[in-house]
Amino acid sequence: MSEADLSAPAADVGGPQQPLLEVRSLSKHFPVRGGFIGKAGVVRAVDDVNFSVDKGEVLGIVGESGCGKSTTARLVIGLIQPDQGSIILDGEKLGASLSLRDLRRRVQMVFQDSYASLNPRLTVEDSIAFGPKVHGIAADDARARAHDLLRKVGLDPALFAARYPHELSGGQRQRVNIARALALSPRLVLLDEAVSALDKSVEAQVLNLLIDLKEELGLTYVFISHDLNVVRFISDRVIVMYLGEVVETGPVEALWSDARHPYTRALFAAMPSLDPDRRTQEAPITGDPPNPIDPPSGCRFHTRCPFAESVCSEKSPSLFATGNERHFAACHMVDPASGHSKAGHFSARELQHA
Amino acid sequence: MSAVADDLVRIAAVDKARGYWASVFRRLSRDPLSVACASVLLLIALAAIFAPYLGLADPYQGSMIRRLRWIGTPGYPLGTDELGRDMVARLIYGGRLSLFLGLFPVVLAFCIGTTLGVMAGYLGGFVNQAIMRTVDVFYAFPSVLLAIAISGALGAGITNSIVSLTIVFIPPIVRVSESVTTSVRGLDFVDAARASGAGPITIMRVHVLGNVLGPIFVYSTSLISVCMILASGLSFLGLGTKPPEPEWGLMLNTLRTAIYANPWVAALPGAMIFIVSICFNLLSDGMRSAMDVRS
Amino acid sequence: MLVYIAKRLVFVIPVVFAVALVCFLLVHIAPGDPLISVLPPDASQALADQMRKAYGFDRPLPVQFGIWVWNALNGDLGTSIASGRSVTEEVMRAVGNTIMLAVLASLIGFVFGVTFGFLAGYFRDTWIDKLVTTISITGVSMPHYWLGMVLVIIFSVQLGWLPAVGAGPGGWAWDWEHFKHLILPAVTMSVIPMGIVTRTVRALVGDLLSQEFVIALRAKGLTEKRVFVHVAKNAAPTAIAVIGLQLGYLLGGSILIETVFSWPGTGFLLNSAIFQRDLPLLQGTILVLALFFVFLNLVVDVIQAAIDPRIKRG
Repeated sequence: MSEADLSAPAADVGGPQQPLLEVRSLSKHFPVRGGFIGKAGVVRAVDDVNFSVDKGEVLGIVGESGCGKSTTARLVIGLIQPDQGSIILDGEKLGASLSLRDLRRRVQMVFQDSYASLNPRLTVEDSIAFGPKVHGIAADDARARAHDLLRKVGLDPALFAARYPHELSGGQRQRVNIARALALSPRLVLLDEAVSALDKSVEAQVLNLLIDLKEELGLTYVFISHDLNVVRFISDRVIVMYLGEVVETGPVEALWSDARHPYTRALFAAMPSLDPDRRTQEAPITGDPPNPIDPPSGCRFHTRCPFAESVCSEKSPSLFATGNERHFAACHMVDPASGHSKAGHFSARELQHA
Repeated sequence: MSAVADDLVRIAAVDKARGYWASVFRRLSRDPLSVACASVLLLIALAAIFAPYLGLADPYQGSMIRRLRWIGTPGYPLGTDELGRDMVARLIYGGRLSLFLGLFPVVLAFCIGTTLGVMAGYLGGFVNQAIMRTVDVFYAFPSVLLAIAISGALGAGITNSIVSLTIVFIPPIVRVSESVTTSVRGLDFVDAARASGAGPITIMRVHVLGNVLGPIFVYSTSLISVCMILASGLSFLGLGTKPPEPEWGLMLNTLRTAIYANPWVAALPGAMIFIVSICFNLLSDGMRSAMDVRS
Repeated sequence: MLVYIAKRLVFVIPVVFAVALVCFLLVHIAPGDPLISVLPPDASQALADQMRKAYGFDRPLPVQFGIWVWNALNGDLGTSIASGRSVTEEVMRAVGNTIMLAVLASLIGFVFGVTFGFLAGYFRDTWIDKLVTTISITGVSMPHYWLGMVLVIIFSVQLGWLPAVGAGPGGWAWDWEHFKHLILPAVTMSVIPMGIVTRTVRALVGDLLSQEFVIALRAKGLTEKRVFVHVAKNAAPTAIAVIGLQLGYLLGGSILIETVFSWPGTGFLLNSAIFQRDLPLLQGTILVLALFFVFLNLVVDVIQAAIDPRIKRG
C-alpha cells in the first residue's frame, strides 16, 4: 500500500445512496460462569441489532451503561467476533468479500479513556505512525504523516511529536487519539464516549475539532455517548439502545421533540433543566435496572414502563415506523396492530401526562 | 483551564522528552543505598573478571604444610584453606563461578520465561492453559527440592547445575509475565493497535513487550540472590561444581570439617555469598521503588 | 464452602498425578546403572540380570511407572536398594524428624516475623521500621547453610553450649538432652521464613493503616486497640498463607540444613539416596515431600477461603 493510498480516504464505492455501514441482526452473547458444574448464564450484550449509517452523517448511539453501545462498536470494528449477524461496509460483507484488514483500513475508533488508549512507552508520533507502518508505509513517511495529522488536530508537531502521553493533558491526548484514528485515512470513525472524560470547555473544543475534520476529510461518524446534550449537538440521526436492543431510531430533532418510546422519553425527562418552570416532581423512571443475564420476557423495558400491559410481557416489539421520516420505535403503542390499548392512537400529550 | 495547562506544557516542551528508563536510572542513582550496593557488586564483579591480572597466588596450588593458616598470616591475608591454597585467590577466583552460576540461570530463565509468559498472556485460550498448567505442575515442588532432584538426577557439574537452576526459575517468571501481560492486554491501546490491523506478533513486540519488561525484569533481579544461594547450596551438597574448581558453595563444603581447627576461614566463602546476595536484594528493592514513582 | 473444598480437591488429583510422573521421570532420566551401589564390581551378568528382575528394572518404563503408582496407592513405595528396608518405613521415620524441625522453625519464624512486621508497619519510616527491614532483608539474603555453620562455630565450637550434629542418642524423646539438638537447626531454618513473613506483614499492615477505612474507624472514635484488632483480622489470611507456604518450603527444602547438622530427616535421607543412586528411595522421598507440599497448599487455600469470604467465590 503506497503513500498515495493513505493520503486520501479510500475511494467512494456505490454512490451516495448506498449506506456506508449496514448492521444486520447483530448479536453477541457473553457466557457467564457460575455454580459448581458451570451452569452457564449468558449476558445478551447485543441482541439482534439493526441499523445503517449514511455517508457523511453522524449517527449518535445513546443509552445507559451496559446497554451494549460499546460492544456494538467493538463488533463493528472487528475487535470482537459476533455470534450472529453481519456487518456490511460499502456493500461488502465482512467475512465474505471484505477482509478484516480491509475493514480496519476503512473504519477506525477513538476510545474513551484517553490515557489508557495510548501506549505509555511510545512517543506521540510513534503512536500515530504505528498504523501506517503496519500497512507498509516507510518509517520516515509515516512520521511525516503523523506530524501532518498533529497539525490537523491542532497540536504543533515541533512541541508535541516527541512527547509521551503522560506529559499531555486529557484534551491533548484525545486529540492525539483522533489523529491516530485518522492516520489510515478511514471513511468511518467510531467515537466511543470520546469526549465523556473531558472537562466541559475542552469537550467543546474537541467536538468542534471533530466537526471541522468531518467537513475537511469527508468522514462519517458513529458517536456513542450517554450525554444527551452532546449527542444532540453533533448527531444527525440517533439510535437509542436498551439492554442490548435498539428501541428507537430517528433524526435527532424528531427524537428530541417527538420521542415515541417510553424509555427515550424517560431519558430526556431525566435530564436536569435550568428552566425553573420545568421542575421534576417524580422520578421519570422507576424500578430497578433488570439483570442483563436474565432480561425480562417480551419487551425488555416492560418492567419499568408506566404503559406496560400484558401484551408487552408476551411479545417483543420490533422497530415500527412512527409516521415521521425515518423515525422508528420498538414499542407496541406505535404498531396499530399490536394489541396494546393505546396502539396507533396515542398522542404526545398523553405520554407526557402519564 | 486547559489553556493554562497548555501553556505550561509549552514552556516545558523545550526539553527533549524524557525516556522512561532514563528517569528510572536517575532516581536510582540518587538513592545512597542502591548506589552503595551497586558499587560493591561492581567491585566484586570486576575483581572476579580481572582475577588473572591482579597478581594473586595460584588458586589451585596448595601445600599441606601451609594448610588452614589463620586470617592475617603474613603472605596470606585471609588465611589458607584445607589444602593450603591462598584464600584471597580462592575467594576472588571463586567469585567467577559463583557469580556466573547466580546470574546466568536467571538470565536464561528470564528469556525463556518471558517469551512463554507473554505468549500465554496475550494469546489466551488453549496456549494459555497448556503453558500455565505445565507451570503449575512444577510449582507443586518446593524450589530447593526441585533443584536438588534435577541435579541429583543429572549428576554433578556446572552445566547440569545451570540446567537445573534454569528449570527451577522458569515457572515463577512465566507466572509473573503472564499476569502482567494479561493486565496490559486489557488496556485500550492494545485494542487500538489491533484495530489498526496489526498482527499478534507485531503487537506483542511493539506494544506489549515494552510495557511488561519492566516489572518482569525487576522481579527477575530479586531471583538472583536466591539463585546464588541455591547454586552454592548445590555445590555445598556436592551436586554442583566439582573440586578443585574454586566456587564459594563448594568451598564451604570442603572447609566444613575445618570449623574446629580454623572456624573463621571456614566461614569466609559464606560471607561472600551473603554480601553479594544482600546487595542484589537491596538493589532490586531500590529498582522497584524507582520504577513505582511514575512521573 | 464445601463446594470450594470439593472443587479444590478435584483439581488436586491431576496435579498429584503429574507430580508422581515428574518424580518418576526425574529419577529415571538419570544416567548410570541403578544397581551400581549394590552389585559388587565383578558381578556376573547372570547375577546382575537376576537383581534387575527382582527390582523390576527390566520392565519397560511405563509399566514400571504403573506398578510404582499402584503400589504407592497401597502404601508400598518399594524397597531401598542400599539398605534393603522398605522405603515407606524409612521415609516415614525420617519425615517425623523433619516435620518436627520444620514446624518449630515455622513457629519461630511466624512469631518473630509477625511481631517485627507489625512493629515495622505501625511505625513506618521510623528507625524501628528501618531496623526491622534491615533484619528481614538480612534474613532473606542469608545462605542458611552458612548461617548454620556460623551458629555451630559460635555455639558449639567456641562456647560449647549446644551440640553440633545429630538428634541426640537413641530414638527421639522429649527431653532436654534431645531438645538441645533441635535448637540450632530450628533457629537456622527459621531465619528465611521470618524474613519473608516480616516483609509481607509490614507491607500489609502499612497498606491497611493508610487505607481510608482505618481513618474512618479512628474518626469514629475507636480506640487504638480496636483498630489494631481490625488490622490484625484483615492481615491474618495473608500472613497465614505465607507461613503455610513457608512450612511447605521448609519441609521440601530442609536438605541443606539437615546436611549441616546431620539431622536425621528426609533431607538427609535424600542426600544419601542421591549419592548412593538408590532409585526407589529417591523416588519415594521426593514423592512424599512433594505431596506434603501440595497438601499444605491446599490446606492454606482452604483456611484462607474460610477467613476471607472474597476468595470463596472462586
